[in-house]
Amino acid sequence: MYPAPSIIAFSTLSGLGFGLMFWLGIGMPGSTGLVAFVFFAIAYVLAGAGLIASTFHLGHPERALLAFTQWRSSWLSREAVGAVAALAVMGLYAIGRVFFAASWIPIGWLGAALSLMTVLTTSMIYAQMKTVPRWRSPLTPALYLALSLGGGALLAGQVTWALLLIGMAGLLQLAWWWHGDRAFSDAGTTMASATGLGHIGRVSAFEPPHTGPNYLLREMVYVVGRKHAFKLRIIAFVLGYALPLAFLLVTFSHWMGLLAVLSHITGILASRWLFFAEAEHVVGLYYGKR
Amino acid sequence: MTSLPDSTERKLGLVIDLDTCVGCHACVVSCKGWNTENYGAPLSDQTPYGADPSGTFLNRVHSYEVQPAQGAAQLVHFPKSCLHCDNAPCVTVCPTGASYKRQEDGIVLVNEDACIGCGLCAWACPYGAREMDAASKVMKKCTLCVDRIYNENLPEIDRVPACVRTCPSNARHFGDLADPDSDVSRLVVARGGMDLMPEQGTAPVNKYLPPRIKDRLDRIDDADVLEPFLDVVTDQPKGFLGWLDKALDKI
Repeated sequence: MYPAPSIIAFSTLSGLGFGLMFWLGIGMPGSTGLVAFVFFAIAYVLAGAGLIASTFHLGHPERALLAFTQWRSSWLSREAVGAVAALAVMGLYAIGRVFFAASWIPIGWLGAALSLMTVLTTSMIYAQMKTVPRWRSPLTPALYLALSLGGGALLAGQVTWALLLIGMAGLLQLAWWWHGDRAFSDAGTTMASATGLGHIGRVSAFEPPHTGPNYLLREMVYVVGRKHAFKLRIIAFVLGYALPLAFLLVTFSHWMGLLAVLSHITGILASRWLFFAEAEHVVGLYYGKR
Repeated sequence: MTSLPDSTERKLGLVIDLDTCVGCHACVVSCKGWNTENYGAPLSDQTPYGADPSGTFLNRVHSYEVQPAQGAAQLVHFPKSCLHCDNAPCVTVCPTGASYKRQEDGIVLVNEDACIGCGLCAWACPYGAREMDAASKVMKKCTLCVDRIYNENLPEIDRVPACVRTCPSNARHFGDLADPDSDVSRLVVARGGMDLMPEQGTAPVNKYLPPRIKDRLDRIDDADVLEPFLDVVTDQPKGFLGWLDKALDKI
């Protein structure tokens, strides 16, 4: 799949932002006034920037309001509804914390739940895709949720939770890669089933429909950069998981925390790039590719 | 609503005969010709006469080589367009309600005025039947020529999809696959019509008729009815050839 920078930025940043909102919503930290304002501002910038980035890849962003209508059937629509609901509810909660030094607990918990649900809907957009076997696994939402909670705990200064959840996310990441590398062959979709010609013999692509590439090949049969996948996995794992854990374990200071956050974000961006670039869509089989 | 109908009254679709398709691409051209100037936004081309031409097509013809374990390889031309699936995954992922499957005839369509161009439906389709138009930024797909098949301004013979009407080798057939007595349904039964990627669970309406197997190339000699009478009597040559055979063996 084509790794669109806008989607990579969106899913990484908004995941972090909603993760931070979760911790703020359950009162960890329960700061008020200016400190609370800074926390909420960071959460809103990350989640909001992600949402705005996600509209960049739309052909007709002016019709984006229609995307709130199909929540009964579409995970993408559920994501839109969830994101706006989470931002609205948490906004109310933030007003109490920042201006009235009050913790309206039910609203905070509701906002926290909506934040997590938004991350879940994001992950389900990918996990529902039967056409991309690498994504279609319960490990995909598990990884997205662990990353959001872990990264959020890191931003919220919840060191113990951050250690636990980022460590867990690292293990899920390894499991996800392990599963993903087998998923395509396990899914059983082959050139034989794609063409229905397998009963005759071995099928190979003789001639593509046209002389040049098309939308399908550009969007869904992205194979550039896969040769560096292994190196990028190591970079993603070291920067996204190992180094932040090391920074947190050494001694906790704000500078160490900042280093851990920056390293984590860079690593997760690399991991998210691989999430798309390595994902093989079954339509590639019609072109003799994976 | 982008929920799928529980069932459709009819299942209009295509039956594509891989045995008779000659790979001429006439269906590709007629499809583009009709659909670029009728339903919805035109099917644009980018630098069609330039170094890197590209464009939107609702129907593309692939060609595959099939090599049996024994015997000759076979070339199969393979037209591919929307299969108007009963369980269309492209419809349910649509966040805006632009994609829908019609209850009355099962045709899967895009309301282009509601399409935000997110591309998620093209991701959900295993067949590559949906292409985002690079100029109009909305999703394009086969409409089964919905603007021809019900069009009473056209002569009756033309009220079939453009690809079917134009096919010079009768490799494309149009009809109601929900009716077991329709021509297309009987064709599917008679010729062992098959689904593409059945494991994807899409329940496609369009069916493909498999090509006949080219397994008679090695049986040319069998065709001679006199063969039993012309059978070789002895393996050992006689006379001069026999002497030559023995002499050469001894060297």
